[in-house]
Amino acid sequence: MKEIQVDDLLEPKIKFATGNEAIVYGALLANCRFFAGYPITPASEILEMMAKYLPLLKGGYFLQMEDEIASIAAIIGASWNNYRTMTATSGPGFSLMQENIGFACMTETPCVIVDVQRSGPSTGQPTKPAQGDIMEVRWGTHGDHNIIALYPNGVQESLWMTIRAFNLADKYRVPVIIISDAAIAHMREKLVIPNQDEVDIIKRIPVTIEKPKYHPFRTGYTHPTKVPEMDTFGKKYHTYLTGLTHDWKAHPETDDAEVHEKLVRRFYEKIEDNKDDIITYQEEYLENADIVIVSYGIASRVIKTAIEMAREQGYRVGHFRLITIWPFPAEEILDLSLEINKFIVVEMNLGQLYHSVVEYSNGNCQVDKLFSIGGKIPTPKDILKVIKKRIL
Amino acid sequence: MAKLTEELREKYLRTDLLPTIFCPGCGIGQIMQYVVRAIDDLEINQDNLVFVSGIGCSSRLPAYFEAYGVHTLHGRALAYATGIKVTNPDLTVIVFTGDGDLAAIGLSHFLHAIRRNIDITVICVNNETYGMTGGQISPTTSMGTITKTTPYSNIEHSFNLSFLAKAAGAVYVSRWTTAHSRQVINSIKKGIKKKGLAFIELISPCPTSNRRYEDLKDYLNYYLNETINYSKAYKDEYSSHIFKDLDECFTARYQGKLIIGEITDLDKPDYHTLYSQLKERIINEYWNKRSERD
Repeated sequence: MKEIQVDDLLEPKIKFATGNEAIVYGALLANCRFFAGYPITPASEILEMMAKYLPLLKGGYFLQMEDEIASIAAIIGASWNNYRTMTATSGPGFSLMQENIGFACMTETPCVIVDVQRSGPSTGQPTKPAQGDIMEVRWGTHGDHNIIALYPNGVQESLWMTIRAFNLADKYRVPVIIISDAAIAHMREKLVIPNQDEVDIIKRIPVTIEKPKYHPFRTGYTHPTKVPEMDTFGKKYHTYLTGLTHDWKAHPETDDAEVHEKLVRRFYEKIEDNKDDIITYQEEYLENADIVIVSYGIASRVIKTAIEMAREQGYRVGHFRLITIWPFPAEEILDLSLEINKFIVVEMNLGQLYHSVVEYSNGNCQVDKLFSIGGKIPTPKDILKVIKKRIL
Repeated sequence: MAKLTEELREKYLRTDLLPTIFCPGCGIGQIMQYVVRAIDDLEINQDNLVFVSGIGCSSRLPAYFEAYGVHTLHGRALAYATGIKVTNPDLTVIVFTGDGDLAAIGLSHFLHAIRRNIDITVICVNNETYGMTGGQISPTTSMGTITKTTPYSNIEHSFNLSFLAKAAGAVYVSRWTTAHSRQVINSIKKGIKKKGLAFIELISPCPTSNRRYEDLKDYLNYYLNETINYSKAYKDEYSSHIFKDLDECFTARYQGKLIIGEITDLDKPDYHTLYSQLKERIINEYWNKRSERD
C-alpha cells in the first residue's frame, strides 16, 4: 500500500488557519505519530484533527482515552517505542496530568503537552482566554524538577514552535509544554505550511554501547552532556523505568540522600547548562527605552499599538516578549533592569510572571503591572494608562 | 521437562537485585516464579517483553525481571500499557497490579482497557488489602473485616474483580489462589497467547498487613479446601453469566467458598486487528479519491 506523505495531506500549503490547527500541522511535520487525548474546550480541535490525520499516516496511531490522566500516561509509555508523542488539553485536564508530568521528568521521557489556557480556577470560563496556568506549568507536579515551556502569540508561530517543542523534548529528554490560550487557539491568521524537507528534526540519541557496559541513567557514553542516551522497547538493553528515586543503573534507591541529590540536580543542570539554546524572546523598541513592557502570548499582541501611542506622546517605551516561558530569561531581565526605570508586566492573571520579574530585576528598577482576568484581553489604552502613571 | 529454578533465575531475573523486598510468607514471590515458568514455556523473546505496573507491593515485580519494565504511577499501569502496546504491537505486554491499584484508583483504566480489547495480559495480585501502606481496606476486602481504616469493621460491599472483568467484556478471565501453581501457569500462558485483554486474578496472602491467619500453613489449607471451581459450581446450569446471589457479586464467593477457575474464554477481535483493518480501508479510500480527482 502506497504511503501517504504529510506534504500531500496538508495541502493547500497556504491556509487561513487557527492556532490549534497550526499546532496539529506542526506536530505532523515534526513526525509526531501518536496522540492520546480527551475532549476539552478550547483544545478539542487538536484532538479531532489528530483523529483525522494520524490513522492515514504510516505508523500513526490515535486514541481518545477515558480521561486526561490516561492520555498523558499513554503518550509517556508510547514515547519509549521511539515515538514522538503528544497530548493537548486545557486547565482542568492539565491539572489532572500533573502527577504524570512528574513521572516523565523522573524517567526523562520526551513528550509534548499542549495546554490551551482558559479562565479558571476550576471549570471557570471554558471559552475565554486566560494566562492563569503559568505557575502551574512550572510547579504543578510535586517535587524539584525542571521543565521547558514555550508560548506562541500567533498562528504561524504556533506551527514552528510545535516543531521546536518536539526537538527540545528529544534533545533534553524532558516533557515540553506548549502553552497557548483560547484566543490564539481559535483566531484565524494566514498560515504558510512548510514542506517536510524544510523541517529540521533533532532526533534523540540512541544507546549504542555494548550491553554489559550500559546503565540507563549514566550520561556521557557518546557525547558530553547531562542527558542520557535513550533506549527503546524491543532492543537488548532491557531498561527498567521507575518513578522512585533511582541510581544510574535504574535501581530504586529510596534511602540515600546522595543518590537523590545527584539525580535531581542533573535534571536541573541539563536544562540550566543549555539555557542559551532553549531561551528565546523577542525585543521591540528597546534602544533608548526607559520603560519596558514584559508580556507573552495573546496579551503581547496589543503591546505594539500601545507603544506606538505612548511614543507619540514622548514616552520611551520598549517591549520584551517571552517566547520561552520556562526556563525564565532571568539574566536578560536582570540586564534590562540595570538600564531602565520601570518594567510593566502585562498578563491575563492576577500576577504570576510578575513575581519572577520582581525577583530577577532585584530592586534595580520599579516593576509595575497590568493584570486582566475574566477573558478580557487588555487594550492598548489600558496599557497606555499604566505607562503614563507616575513612577512610584 | 520442567527446568531447574536456578537455571530460570539466571535467565529471567536480575539476580543483582535479589533478594526481593517482599515479606516472608507473601504470595508475590510465588507469582514471580509462575510468570517465569509461563514465559519460558512460551519461549517469549525477553527483548520484546515489557512488564508494566502501577504502585503497591505487586507493582515492584517488574524490577526483578531481565526484560523491559515500567513501574508507573498508582492506578495508571493499564493506561501506560495501552500506549505501549498500541504503538508497538510486536511487544508482549504484561501488567502487574494489585487490588487497590487496579480496582480503586485505577478502576476506570481497567474497564476501558478491557473495552478497547488491547492485547495485553493483566495479572492482579489480590491480597484484599493495601499491603505497602500498612493494611487499609481495599475494594476487595470482605465486609466485616477489621482493618486500620475500618477499626469498627468494614460495612462496604466488596468487588468481585473477575466478574467485573467479565461483565466489561474481557476475552479471557481466570481466578486462582497462589496455591494453584499449575493452573496459574497454564492461565498465564493462555492469557499471553490470547488475542485481546486477558485478566488473571490471583488471590494471594499478605501475612504482614492482612493477618487472616497467624500460621502461614492455614492460608494453604484455606486456598486448597475453601475454594470452589467456577465451572464445577455451575455444572449443568443453564446460564453461567447471571449472578446467583449477592455473595458472588460482592465477595467472589459461592455458597461460602472462594470462587476460582476459568471465568471466561471467548473470541472477539482485538484493538490492533480492528485498527489495522481501518487503516487499510481509509488509505485505499484516500488514494481512490486522489486518482478520481487527478
